[in-house]
Order: sequence, then C-alpha cells, then structure tokens
Amino acid sequence: MMELAIGIILGCCALGAGMAMIAGIGPGIGEGNAVASACEAIGRQPECKGSVTTTMLMGCAVAETTGLYALVIAILLIFLAPGRLVNILVDTMLSLKQ
Amino acid sequence: MKEKSLSFRIADVLLLAGFLLPFVFGIMLYILLEPASEGIEIAGAKIYFTLHMPMPMQDLPITESQVNSWLVIVALLFLCLFLTHGLSAKHPTRRQHAAEWIVEKTENLVSGNMGDYFSGFAPFVAAIMGLSAFSSLLTLIGLYPPTSDLNVVAGWAVLVFILITYYKMKCGPVHYLKSFGDPVPFLAPLNIISEFATPVSMAFRHYGNVLSGSVISVLVAVGLQGVTHMILGKLPGFLGQFPFLQIGIPAILSIYFDIFSGCLQAFIFAMLTMLYISTGFPEDDYKEKLRKKKSKQN
Repeated sequence: MMELAIGIILGCCALGAGMAMIAGIGPGIGEGNAVASACEAIGRQPECKGSVTTTMLMGCAVAETTGLYALVIAILLIFLAPGRLVNILVDTMLSLKQ
Repeated sequence: MKEKSLSFRIADVLLLAGFLLPFVFGIMLYILLEPASEGIEIAGAKIYFTLHMPMPMQDLPITESQVNSWLVIVALLFLCLFLTHGLSAKHPTRRQHAAEWIVEKTENLVSGNMGDYFSGFAPFVAAIMGLSAFSSLLTLIGLYPPTSDLNVVAGWAVLVFILITYYKMKCGPVHYLKSFGDPVPFLAPLNIISEFATPVSMAFRHYGNVLSGSVISVLVAVGLQGVTHMILGKLPGFLGQFPFLQIGIPAILSIYFDIFSGCLQAFIFAMLTMLYISTGFPEDDYKEKLRKKKSKQN
C-alpha cells in the first residue's frame, strides 16, 4: 500500500508540474507577436533599430513573467513537494500504527 | 607619453589581483567544502557553515550564494579601483576610456529613462547592473550563481520596493494613501495587490530566468550523456566512456543562457528599477508642493 501511495504522490507531482508549464504557451505567443511587430517596425524605420530592440526586450521580459510563475511552481512541484508529501504520509502512517 | 613609475605598476598588479583573487578563492572554497557528487544533479545553494547565534536569535546559515555574492562585491570594488587608477585629463589611458564609457552610458541611460530629477541615481543603477551581471556570469567559472537563489534577488527587489515607496511618499503619506484610490476608490484592493506584486514579479523574473537556464542546461547535458551511452556504450574500454556528444553542444546553450540571458536580466532588472521609481514619483504634485512652500516663505 505504502509503495502505491508514494508512487501516486510522485506521479501526480510530475503531472502537476507538466500541466503548470502549459502556461508557457501564453508568453510564447505574446513574445512572438512582440518580436514580429519589432521586426516590422525596424523594416519600416531601420534608423531606430536600437531603441526598438531595447523596448522589445523590455516588453518580452515583462511578458515572460507569467510563464516564470508557472516555472517556479513546476520547480517547487518537482523538487520540493514530493519530499514534503512523502514525509507527511510516513508521519500519518506511523501515528496510525501507534 | 610619460613612462609609468614602478610603484604605479605594482599598485596596478595588486588591484588586478584583488579583482581576480576572489574568484580563485571562490573556486577553492567550492573544491574544499563541496562534497564530491556522482553524476550531474540539480540542487539549491549549499550551506557552507552555520553561525550559532545567542539564544533569542536563530542560527545563521552562511550559504554558497551569500559567499559568492560577497566575492562578486569585492571583485567589483577592485575592478572599479583598477579602472580609475591613474586618471589624468591630459593623457587618458585605454582603461580610463573604458571607465568613462561605462559612466557616460549609465548616466545617459538614467537621465533618458528617469528624467533630470533622478540623475543622481546613476551609481545605484550601475551598481545593481554590475552586481547582477557578474553574479550571473559566475556560472562561466563553475561557481553557483547567487542570482539563481530567490533570497538574493528578493533582497534586491525589497530594496527597490523601499525606494519606490519612498519616492511615492515624497508628497506626504496622505497623498500616498490617496493614490491607491485612483482612478476609482472601489479599485483600492487591486491597487494594493499590484503594489506588492511589483517586487515579487521582479524577484521571480530574475531568479526564474537564471534558474531555468541552469536547469535546462543540466537536463540537456544528462540527455546527451544518455544518448552517447546508447550509441557508444557497447564499445569496449575507453571508447565506451568517450563523451563525444557532450563536447561542444552544451556550450552553445551556455552562450545563450549564461552570457546573453545573464546580461539581459541584469539590464532588465536595472531598467525596471528605473521605470518603477520614476513612474511612481508624482513629479508634478511634488513641484507644486515645493512652489507653495516657497511662496509661503516669501
């Protein structure tokens, strides 16, 4: 039983991490749009290449934030959550036996 | 061109040594204190040693990220001293040109983005940028980058948050509290949340970018190891162990994640610092207040 429970915990943590990273779609589309518009702007006015590039990088960094939130959650789910949950499980099992 | 004296050269060498020695020291600490690990692993900052504090306080763990950021601070201090050593108006040397270029660029950046009122912010912004860039670049010599530890970046973000709040409060606390009821008082809770989301998002952005770079690099390295083992594993002796896919391919990723992304994140952190501080500052109201004060005195 214990092995099954630990297996379920590990599997669900991995699944949750993978599902959290679905949030990567949004920043991907957003940054793609930003870069496309920046390329158009540079094509129209090559002389403001410098400022357009800087602004684009800033915008990309801000657009990336939501994706990074998801990344942080995925990292927590992969590296921290399994250990914690397994500890809780073992503790409850021990207290039940007593 | 005047020949440099011996003492000048000795001071030069000492300053350069002061710039390079912290990195050597960091590598030595890493070799001495880090337990040798089998294979490749993803781990947080290791605790080098723990300071036992007297009773009411907690024990103070000194981690890898703290030590490495101190080393970066020392190295940057000596780099600045080296660049500004022997300044002269008549015979500028190459390093003086470099130092002047850095100062000029940051001053242009700050006055262009923040306006003239904040022109004194150039040293602060340059310090944040240099600290962040050098911290991220520590991966190039195999040390743990302090910026991939959330605590370090969160500390910087809290510092920036305090600055933002200080400049928002320039017109008095009442004006500051009123600014939350903008545009309609009904939205005040959302404004308060977005106020606190600023430092959180700044910290997560920097930390997440650096950390994701190292995680992806490690995953790619492990994957390449597996593929190499699959292809060459059957061969006997040295050929079976030969890491032929691991040579060179991770370096391409490293150029993007370590060099480009590290410097870009430093720039973005400094840029956001400038923008948040200057947009939060109610410049017109502050000028109005100053004018009223003056007219009262007259």
